[in-house]
Amino acid sequence: MSEATVLGGQEVVGVGRIEGPIMVVEGASNVSYDEVVEIQDVRGDTRRGRVLEVGEGFAVVQVFAGSTGLSIDGTRVRFLGNTLHMPVAEEMLGRIFDGLGTPIDGGPEPLTDVYRDVNGQPINPTARIYPRDYIQTGISTIDGVNTLLRGQKLPLFSGAGMPHDQLAAQIVRQATLGRVAGAPQTEGEEFAIVFAAMGVKNDVADYFRKSFTESGALTRVAMFLNLADDPPVERIVTPRAALTLAEYLAYDLGKHVLVVLTDMTNYGEALRQISNVRGEVPSRKGYPGYLYSDLASLYERTGRIRTSEGSITQIPILTMPNDDMTHPMPDLTGYITEGQIVLGRELYYAGVYPPVTVLPSLSRLMKDGIGKGRTRDDHPRWGAQLYAGYAKTQDIRALASVIGEEELSEVDQKYLKFGRAFEREFVNQAFTENRTIERTLEIGWKLLSMLPKGELTRVTLDEIKQYYKGDDASS
Amino acid sequence: MANEVGTITWISGPVVRARGSRHVGMLELVEVGQDRLVGEVIGLKGDQMTVQVYEETAGMQPGAPIYGTGLPLSVELGPGLIQSIYDGVQRPLPLIEQAMGSFINRGARFDSISREKKWKYTPKANVGDEVKGGTILGVAMETDTFEHRVMVHPDDKGTLTWVAPAGEYTVNDTIAKIKTGKEEKSVTMLQRWPVRRPRPFVQRRGANIPLITGQRILDTFFPVAKGGAAGIPGPFGSGKTVTQHSIAKWADAEVIVYIGCGERGNEMTEVLQEFPHLVDPRSGRPLMERTVLIANTSNMPVAAREASIYTGITIAEYYRDMGYHVALMADSTSRWAEALREVSGRLEEMPAEEGYPAYLAGRLAEFYERAGYVDNLNGSQGSVSIVGAVSPPGGDFSEPVTQHTKRFIRCFWALDKSLASARHFPAINWLDSYSEYIEDVGNWWREKTGKDWLAMRTKAMELLSEEARLSQIVKLVGPDALPYAERMVLETSRLIREGILQQNATDSVDAYSSVEKQIRLLELVLYFHERGMAIVKRGAPINLIHDLPVVDTIIRAKSSVTNEEINKLDDIQKMIDQQMGQLDAEYR
Repeated sequence: MSEATVLGGQEVVGVGRIEGPIMVVEGASNVSYDEVVEIQDVRGDTRRGRVLEVGEGFAVVQVFAGSTGLSIDGTRVRFLGNTLHMPVAEEMLGRIFDGLGTPIDGGPEPLTDVYRDVNGQPINPTARIYPRDYIQTGISTIDGVNTLLRGQKLPLFSGAGMPHDQLAAQIVRQATLGRVAGAPQTEGEEFAIVFAAMGVKNDVADYFRKSFTESGALTRVAMFLNLADDPPVERIVTPRAALTLAEYLAYDLGKHVLVVLTDMTNYGEALRQISNVRGEVPSRKGYPGYLYSDLASLYERTGRIRTSEGSITQIPILTMPNDDMTHPMPDLTGYITEGQIVLGRELYYAGVYPPVTVLPSLSRLMKDGIGKGRTRDDHPRWGAQLYAGYAKTQDIRALASVIGEEELSEVDQKYLKFGRAFEREFVNQAFTENRTIERTLEIGWKLLSMLPKGELTRVTLDEIKQYYKGDDASS
Repeated sequence: MANEVGTITWISGPVVRARGSRHVGMLELVEVGQDRLVGEVIGLKGDQMTVQVYEETAGMQPGAPIYGTGLPLSVELGPGLIQSIYDGVQRPLPLIEQAMGSFINRGARFDSISREKKWKYTPKANVGDEVKGGTILGVAMETDTFEHRVMVHPDDKGTLTWVAPAGEYTVNDTIAKIKTGKEEKSVTMLQRWPVRRPRPFVQRRGANIPLITGQRILDTFFPVAKGGAAGIPGPFGSGKTVTQHSIAKWADAEVIVYIGCGERGNEMTEVLQEFPHLVDPRSGRPLMERTVLIANTSNMPVAAREASIYTGITIAEYYRDMGYHVALMADSTSRWAEALREVSGRLEEMPAEEGYPAYLAGRLAEFYERAGYVDNLNGSQGSVSIVGAVSPPGGDFSEPVTQHTKRFIRCFWALDKSLASARHFPAINWLDSYSEYIEDVGNWWREKTGKDWLAMRTKAMELLSEEARLSQIVKLVGPDALPYAERMVLETSRLIREGILQQNATDSVDAYSSVEKQIRLLELVLYFHERGMAIVKRGAPINLIHDLPVVDTIIRAKSSVTNEEINKLDDIQKMIDQQMGQLDAEYR
């Protein structure tokens, strides 16, 4: 952000009040709302901040690196005359940046004269293209029943200790443009990847870096790292910086971009912390009332627009505190994103990888990216049938735990077998296993064939004739 | 026309304070800063005014000017609304795209209604006529088939002294002159109306005609009347938006106003790209030709989200005044309530529940009370029906927005996460939902179909609640322990759930069910129950009924029998007769 520094602006010596990462600067005039400031402490070290509130003769400033070491008299505050901008360039792929977009890999600042406001601007709904092209991730629980489309935002809802990082890494590694079942795989353009870490441990960042290296993707990845020991307030900027680059790559350069944001829960906490210090009226669990709008300002920076070939697909990762999906972070996220992939502890303990709990998982856009001419004609009904069958299995399991498996009817016993096989053969797959869409559909039909034909009311009779392989003679 | 009235003293997000309160009125539209962003005065105290700004305020400074307009926040009404897509303060999004590209910049100023476009206009009133507010002066063809009835502004009246001949006019052209006392006023097709003020009518009428949506669980089980208000609360992923879209597509209203309020951008794009290609089953015209879209997505400025609801309802009332039936979808009212909360928080008002301001209930009431089936000023009748989606945090219906909404609606469609998980759509829970319009619309069903809908519906609901009770027992002891008669209830209930309540919005046949098909399906299932019950009571094992091939046929009838060929359902009844007849004979 050297550009902003050069611009200069008015300087104020001494601040009125410091409280947590917030300080009140008095005696400044011509300060703009949301303007960037540069703060110099007594030792001459600088850090940055931005204006949260401005009145006549005072400004409330949020200090990104925290206020440790700042003093009332010795602090110099320079108002830089612009909102937070960052340089964007194609050569940023393959590089590593801190949470504010400054390189930390020892390399030079990106050479570019293109600077963008990190807050972005809302996409005009009339300028969007509705997502329709599916991404084959090679993972049955996604491709088969929760299909991800280019331009979709689909979060992973997980819990502490579960393999969400592996799953995200596998998606990133295997993602290719989907094709109609049976058609040959064409050599597609590879995704550019923008990775933003917010408050995660160094190990997690290392894991992703290693994974990108192993799959040879490192040159296509830009990493923005705000790790657990970095200033929490910077976390507010990290996803915005990442998405600003993603927008440039997608909408200016026409690339297909996959954005991985981890962990959104830490982001929410940083937001809560600032809100709290400012004394704002809290809504649920102490989170600010604008949490929904704030999250939307990140998640909605996804999609396709008519003036560009490119797309932004977002995979935010969110660890649910205490595995509680009604917690404000997963809850409000679910209201904004186009579905969610939910990881479940029970499957995880049962040794199933990826432990995707299918029933609460959902891809809202799936219906528009699958079926005839996209995957295969039977896909939508096949998916609904698997869901319905697995949902019924859950009821029967509950019943079996009361009356015992032997007491179940013959059909119900078949459902139990179906349910077990579904988890073992459909959900479960190796970390390195990249299933084609045909393979996923085939496994699904094999499982459905374990049930009597009469139970399959979601698929058509013709489809049963074509794909059903069971020995059931009824109906 | 805008004069400088004040100076900004404080800025925090969408809320701005300024000196100069003497020169503005409460709820006056103002322009803020050099960029002249649109704002509205929401508080006056001493010399200070508080303004909520409908655009992003980043970069604005204290000391910048505020300009007054002397007008309250208003919408433009006239031909050209239909097929438009606006943001929350009625700025046309396509024009913003043309001027600014794919992203929405600040300070965009466009006419809401095109001043250039010419409309084919035919006068319907004559020189010398006494006219008053609402009187229809003429008709402009807003689409090839939609008559836009040009009315006298509700505040005007007098004698017509001049009437434009039939021809093509823009909304700026004078189409009539009205003389009141000594003054003569030129009238155009364009009028303005303040969004927060309900448009006047003569009186409300009882709501006893159902708004037919083609959705079986709604029409047959929980109908909303034309002029009524319904709420759809549900956790995320339970299908609020899909249900709203289905209603917007198939409801038998003449005009649809769809407000995407704080929701996803892609959803609005979906409507925009899909509606022009879908055909209204009644008029045979593209659905877009009866639709007005208001899109203030979640990442667009929050204050404009607050305004979007009012913009939409005012447009709806305007078409009602012409004598049309209008259905308004608001997705989601929770996001609107959150916008209220956000602005209230910035004003540091004392919060009531969960941070919401104490006036939340009052605002919700004002909104839902703008629904109604009314006698218009011009003697016609029209209606505005409201369907509001509610997004309760964590799916918890005890939160303030759901609870307050329940007080002001009479029809409650409770979405259920577990139904959605099992992919039972629409995931409307039949035991938690209710409609207070059932008695009101019973007559309509009888006249329309000649069948006793009320009795059939009651019977079906009895079966479903009986099923809920029985399944509690089944969970404990398994189904085999139940007597055959009770298992027959389970069988029939399954038919109701899978064959009637479940409806596939993406299936071309199933997406829309005509009233005739709905009642005939219900009749068929109940007939099946009656015959089956008689047989099991004589001792026939339930599995014989369960295994009848006709069961599968009934479940598939919703998507195999089109609305045009419902007499095929008679064939299914014959199948029931034949297959049940065999059993009947065996166990006689």
